[in-house]
Amino acid sequence: MAETYYTEDHEWIRVDKGEATVGITDYAQEQLGDLVFVELPETGKTLTKGDVAVVVESVKAASDVYAPADGEVSAVNEALPGDPSLVNSAATGDGWLWRMKLADAGQLDGLMDEAAYKKMIE
Amino acid sequence: MTSTDNLHKLPLEDLHREAGAKFGAFAGWSMPITYPLGVMKEHLHVREKAGLFDISHMRLFRVSGTDGARLIAAACPLDPAALDQSQSRYSFLLNDDAGIIDDLIVTRLGGDAFMVVANAGNAAADEAQLRRLAEGLDVAVEPLDRVFIAIQGPEAEAALNRAGIDTTGLVFMHGVEPRAGWFLSRSGYTGEDGFEIALPADEARALAQDLLGQDSVEWIGLAARDSLRLEAGLCLHGQDITADTTPLDAGLMWAIPKPLRETGGFVGADALRRAIANGPARKRVGLKPEGRQPVRAGAPLLDENGETVGSVTSGGFGPSAGHPVAMGYVPADRASPGTQFFTEIRGNRLAIAVHPLPFTPHRYHKG
Repeated sequence: MAETYYTEDHEWIRVDKGEATVGITDYAQEQLGDLVFVELPETGKTLTKGDVAVVVESVKAASDVYAPADGEVSAVNEALPGDPSLVNSAATGDGWLWRMKLADAGQLDGLMDEAAYKKMIE
Repeated sequence: MTSTDNLHKLPLEDLHREAGAKFGAFAGWSMPITYPLGVMKEHLHVREKAGLFDISHMRLFRVSGTDGARLIAAACPLDPAALDQSQSRYSFLLNDDAGIIDDLIVTRLGGDAFMVVANAGNAAADEAQLRRLAEGLDVAVEPLDRVFIAIQGPEAEAALNRAGIDTTGLVFMHGVEPRAGWFLSRSGYTGEDGFEIALPADEARALAQDLLGQDSVEWIGLAARDSLRLEAGLCLHGQDITADTTPLDAGLMWAIPKPLRETGGFVGADALRRAIANGPARKRVGLKPEGRQPVRAGAPLLDENGETVGSVTSGGFGPSAGHPVAMGYVPADRASPGTQFFTEIRGNRLAIAVHPLPFTPHRYHKG
């Protein structure tokens, strides 16, 4: 059973068997507006919690997306370079950003669940 | 969230809120940045149909009196006597070094009366300069308290006509006072045909609602206004032109009639003559980044040896162009289209080439 966590930086993290899929929330994509470019990490790159993992660029501005935990990038969403608007249309689905093997899943303890996140953006 | 407590509020702010606008600060004003349509669709809507902009942050000054033309001639590098009635010109207020204090549109309303339309962020400096130059002259400089809206796009004229506004005979870069307290001009900052209308708030509210009731018209926010003007190759004061750039650097000498360059007595004329004699060291150009990644204002422009030789002053994505678009300054001897530079974004080197302006063709109605 996959579990989904949320950060105060408006990212979601879905964890399944020690691998995390990371994206930005629907609220975040709406705040950013139409995305025109997504800079993805290389597969195999080692991330430390708090590193800039991805940069999403809207018509107006660039925004950083941070690594929510330590780990190694295991996959990136190859559909995004050709169609960054997937993040707008399906932020929590087909618009996922990258996957990573978590070095210590315990680093996600203390992040919000969906109910707490919804409360935060109210 | 940015605090908007100390910002000026648009008189029609409630209409924007009802339309679902997201607000942000610009030049001391709380402005609609985007509407639910989103910047991409808003931008394309203007190019395809008609977009309504609230530009009440901009400042109108009505200049009148027997010395009206003398004041304009002293303030701006243009010849007011050469303007026909209702004719408008793009011009500037310059400082003593020929740096651009502001860019503005001057319209001859008739006789010695002129309308000056200035940028929000520079309105106070503009007014101070105009009042200083007006000392001892028989002329009044009156800042107008108006709502100012723009309607832009191929269906702008039809929409205005349906709203009962007659635009017969009004061609690009002309303006009139059709009703008491109104100023209507065929102009704008998108590269499209369109109109700008200053009018009292209550009448503006009724007109905006009438226009928005038409299928072809949508509110357009400041974000799309910026991408539209950038594609059209038009300068944003404070970025592409500043008090440290001259019209010569900025490639805007077309706005200054040739005889005036030699004989004009406007503020900054001597410095501009010196600049012309020396030739510009740098030049404003359009820039096209390779690939899909937008290059933003402030990014450096490097030559093939990695030396910084210029910088980007405006940059983003051009929804109509379909690729990133930018403007910036490069050495004057390396300003021809196709000249290759590089920039650096987050440590990555990216190719960027000089590109002709505008990125999308102007579609003005010149009559």
